[in-house]
Amino acid sequence: MDLFEHQAKELFADYGIPVPRGIVAHTVEEVRSAATELTGRVVVKAQVKTGGRGKAGGVKVADDAADAVAKAEVILGMDIKGHTVHKVLIEEASAIAEEYYFSFLLDRANRTFLAICSAAGGMDIEEVAHTSPDKVAKVPVSALTGIDRAKAREIAVAGGLPEKALDGAAELIEKLWCCFVDEDATLVEVNPMILSADGQVKALDGKVTLDENAAFRQADHEALADKAAEDPLEAKAKEKDLNYVKLDGNVGIIGNGAGLVMSTLDVVAYAGEAFPGKPSPANFLDIGGGASAEVMAAGLEIILSDPSVKSIFVNVFGGITACDAVANGIVSAFKLLDSRGESVTHPLVVRLDGNNAQLGRQILADAALPRVELVDTMDDAAKRAAELAAVGA
Amino acid sequence: MAIWLTENSKIIVQGMTGGEGTKHTRRMLASGAKVVGGVNARKAGTTHEGLPVFGTVREAMEQTRADVSVVFVPPKFTKDAVKEAIDAEIPLCVVITEGVPVHDSTEFWAYAVAKGNKTRIIGPNCPGIASPGSSNAGIIPADITTAGRIGLVSKSGTLTYQLMYELRDFGFSTAVGIGGDPVIGTTHIDALQAFQEDPGTDAIVMIGEIGGDAEERAAAYIEQHVSKPVVAYVAGFTAPEGKTMGHAGAIVSGSAGTAQAKKEALEKVGVRVGKTPSETARLMREIMQAR
Repeated sequence: MDLFEHQAKELFADYGIPVPRGIVAHTVEEVRSAATELTGRVVVKAQVKTGGRGKAGGVKVADDAADAVAKAEVILGMDIKGHTVHKVLIEEASAIAEEYYFSFLLDRANRTFLAICSAAGGMDIEEVAHTSPDKVAKVPVSALTGIDRAKAREIAVAGGLPEKALDGAAELIEKLWCCFVDEDATLVEVNPMILSADGQVKALDGKVTLDENAAFRQADHEALADKAAEDPLEAKAKEKDLNYVKLDGNVGIIGNGAGLVMSTLDVVAYAGEAFPGKPSPANFLDIGGGASAEVMAAGLEIILSDPSVKSIFVNVFGGITACDAVANGIVSAFKLLDSRGESVTHPLVVRLDGNNAQLGRQILADAALPRVELVDTMDDAAKRAAELAAVGA
Repeated sequence: MAIWLTENSKIIVQGMTGGEGTKHTRRMLASGAKVVGGVNARKAGTTHEGLPVFGTVREAMEQTRADVSVVFVPPKFTKDAVKEAIDAEIPLCVVITEGVPVHDSTEFWAYAVAKGNKTRIIGPNCPGIASPGSSNAGIIPADITTAGRIGLVSKSGTLTYQLMYELRDFGFSTAVGIGGDPVIGTTHIDALQAFQEDPGTDAIVMIGEIGGDAEERAAAYIEQHVSKPVVAYVAGFTAPEGKTMGHAGAIVSGSAGTAQAKKEALEKVGVRVGKTPSETARLMREIMQAR
């Protein structure tokens, strides 16, 4: 889960990391009162979970409250890389002497953590990393030994930070490490980390990604989720504990296993290219290895409530749960939905393969469910589902 | 022949007395795998599914000469369970558990390295390893394929089963599910190396998916070190950027980690990449038939 800048900075502040004073505002009125409270020059910063805000015009300095309102009127509602700006952070303007870059992140390739530090911080850090990699220090950090003040200082030196910034940077880096570990983050990034005119090292921006697998020991993280931005179908699926992602096509997809479902999306998209309107997947839905009737029913229910869906493709490989059990699950799911008055009205293509595939197909054939078609292979079933979506469109 | 898991492997199950542990201990036993005991500190001295329950991995190894552990404990206890297996220096530890925090897997990996890499870790969040006809450590259904001479390494469970099933007439030496998490113990490269060295393996199927650059690094490794034919499949060509598709590691960020980049890297070194799982099976079929 990615955090908004203001959430990241609130988290930083909890760990004693210096950040500018700031207030979140959702409306022009809130902007006016925030800027009035902070007094003097402020920065109006769009709160969106994407990079490149500055270059997109989402960050502006304002001389006073009236100016802040004028700037916020432009920024609120702005679209930045597909993200609509619903709130801004009003922050006291900092007198910046120098800008640095710092982050801790997970280094997947080397299966360790990595500190990245550079004296050349700011908006062009990616360009710097590309053209002058020697200006960007990458220091592996062991999950066993972590970071102390001395190691933090070493990293700051390796990043080329000047002597005058070293004490402040080392303190900030050490605290940031505590935040990274204690919050189960996979990324904490400060860009820019600044040296202010009065010699203080501060986090002027903050980007944090939290590990959702750690939810069992991070009870307060749930409150950080951006419920308003969630797709309503995704939110509904989450309540039912379904692994669902909304996509923008019209073929509903249900499968078992993340890899198989990802593969199903690809196969359906390829198949769709041959049909008018190019039908493509409406969603990702992994009902897991078990594929029980209840989960199948819950999955079908979510997909049926998606108005863009024209056909449904159920793609199951019977491994741990054999195909006869999956077929019985589908039959029960239809009954369950019927009893709730939510009958399946879309054409449904089912591909069952693996253990007891013949038996599973027989069960479905015998049940003679309306609008259900059995197709033996994944590729042919994808074609049929795409064709049905094209006809229904 | 097989890699890492043979008919002589003796398996213990950490978390055997739990629901998943019980179910899959039964399945492993039914498939003929030599499961010799379980570990649960609170139930030490009892028996479960007809097998002795030990207090620690070390004790289980001393009593049964076990050399493989399969971990089914819940995510919050997984780190300690794996570190215990590392301390006991068991040669192979297969971590099935899904939902392990990445700080925990990074820590137990660092711990394994610090202890001299005496324990091979597979997973977490993986289906395990199966050498059909010989042994089965994890949750891969034993009855979907036969023993043969194809090696398979995969990030995904059900895609592994799909390929094992489609190629069941040729059969497999070993299939390794390495898991879809961002940090895993055994990598594609480790398995490629072992299959290259295994006289019982003639050709290799590699299944990857979006996220990270493991497939790109595997491609570089294949170019230098693998002379056996490799066929690959990559899932997630149409996955949108920034969305996690079930596996915590399967996320495309910016231009990195795309299926297209992985496919190109593999094809550049002569690996044939199937467009669908069935086409991948067909490519492997051609290779095996030509032998």
